[in-house]
Amino acid sequence: MVVEAIKNGYVIDHITVGNAIKIYHLLGLDNIDCEVALISYVKSKKMGRKDLLKIGKLIDIVFDKIAVIDPDITINIVKNSKIIEKKQLEIPEKLINVGICNNPRCITSSERNLDQIFHLVDRKNKIYRCHYCEAILENSKIA
Amino acid sequence: MREKKKKNLIDIKDLSVKEIDDLIKVANDIIEHKEKYSHKCDGKILATLFFEPSTRTRLSFESAMLRLGGKVLGFSDSASSSTTKGETLADTVCVVSGYADIIVMRHPKEGAPVVASKRSLVPIINAGDGGHNHPTQTLTDLLTISREKGRLDNLTIGLCGDLKFGRTIHSLITAMSRYKNIKFILISPDELKLPEYVITEVLEKNHIEYIETNSMEEYMNELDVLYMTRVQKERFLNEAEYVRLKDYYILDKSKLETAKEDLCILHPLPRVNEISTEIDDDKRAKYFEQAYNGVYIRMALILKLLEVL
Repeated sequence: MVVEAIKNGYVIDHITVGNAIKIYHLLGLDNIDCEVALISYVKSKKMGRKDLLKIGKLIDIVFDKIAVIDPDITINIVKNSKIIEKKQLEIPEKLINVGICNNPRCITSSERNLDQIFHLVDRKNKIYRCHYCEAILENSKIA
Repeated sequence: MREKKKKNLIDIKDLSVKEIDDLIKVANDIIEHKEKYSHKCDGKILATLFFEPSTRTRLSFESAMLRLGGKVLGFSDSASSSTTKGETLADTVCVVSGYADIIVMRHPKEGAPVVASKRSLVPIINAGDGGHNHPTQTLTDLLTISREKGRLDNLTIGLCGDLKFGRTIHSLITAMSRYKNIKFILISPDELKLPEYVITEVLEKNHIEYIETNSMEEYMNELDVLYMTRVQKERFLNEAEYVRLKDYYILDKSKLETAKEDLCILHPLPRVNEISTEIDDDKRAKYFEQAYNGVYIRMALILKLLEVL
C-alpha cells in the first residue's frame, strides 16, 4: 500500500493495532479540511503489527489526549517535507479538561466554571480518578 | 482580607494516624472534663451549610460548637440558600467564609467540599458529600471502638448491610486499614458488595485480611466489632430493588447467640429495621453511645482546626 509523503503535518507512528480509529475520532479528524490517512495492521519490526496515522496539516493537537489512549506512540512533526521533531509521549500525571467525569453525582456535573481534573492513580493500567469525586475516568469520556 | 487557612477535613485520609490518635485523646479528655472546654471557642462562629438535610449530623456539630462556647449560624437545606437563585457553591462558600470562623458543609454532590475548600478563607469540614466521604462519622466510629475495645489494632470487624453505597463503610475500612492486625468480615447481599476498587486499592494494597459472605451468623463468633448499616433508599435508582434488599439483614437476639460477650455493636444511625429494638438493652449495643461520642470528637476536631487548644 502506498501513501504519499506529506509536506506539512503529522505522522503518528507506533500506534497499537485498533487504536488509530480511536485517535482519529478523538482528534476530530473527520471534521478537518485536509488529507488524512489511517493505515491499520502495518508490519512493524518493533511491534509486529501497528497502526499509522498521517495528517496533512499542522493542526492543534492536545497530546495528553493521545497519551491517555496510547502512551507508547511516536509523533513525527513534518514541516516542508522534513521531520523537524520526534515526540515521544508520556502518560500524563494529571489531565485538565481532557476528559469528563461520568459520575452524575459529581460536583462537576452541576458547578459552573469548574475544570475537569483527573489524577493518574495506576500507571500500569492507565487509571485516572476524578480530582473531586474520585470516580474512574472512562476512556469513552475523553473528549 | 484575612490570611487563608489551610487546615480542612475533607477525607479521613487528610489525617495521619497520629492526628487521629491525638483527636481521640482530646475527645476522651473532653468527656472527662467538660467544663474545662466550655469557653474554648468563646467569640467563634461555626457556619453549618447543609445543602442536603441531615438533622443528626447538623445537630451534633451545633451541639459541639455550643458546648465549646461558640455560636452557630447556617441553613439546613438548599431551598433556603442562594443556590436556588443560581449561585455557585464556590461563591456561596467564599461569602460565608467571611461570616464565620469555620464551616461545616453537607452537599449531595460528590467532591463539593474540594471545591469549597479551594475558595474558603476558613477551615472546611466535610459533613458528607453524596455517597463519597463522611470523615467525622469515621472519627466518631474510631473514638467509639477505641473507648469500647481499648484499642484500634488487633480487631476482627464485621461490616454488614449496604457495603456498596455505604460511605461510612468505605471510610471506616480506609481508616482501620492503617492499624495493625485488622481483619474484616464483609457481610452483604451480592448486589450490595463492597466495590472492587475498595478491595484492590485499600484492602489488598495494605495486605488486609478479609472475607466476603452473605451470612450474618457464619462468622459472628469471631467478631470484636459488628458495624450494621442501613440500606439507603436515596442511593437506589430503582425502587423495587430497594424494597427487595432493605430488610435483607435484621439483627435480633437469635443472631447474637454465638457472639462474644464483649462484642461491640455499632450503627451510624438512623436505623430502620436492621437492628431490632430488642437489642437496644443488650450491653453490647453501643450505637447510642456512638452518637453521643460524635459530639465530643467533633468538639476535638473544631478545636484542632481553629488551633485553639
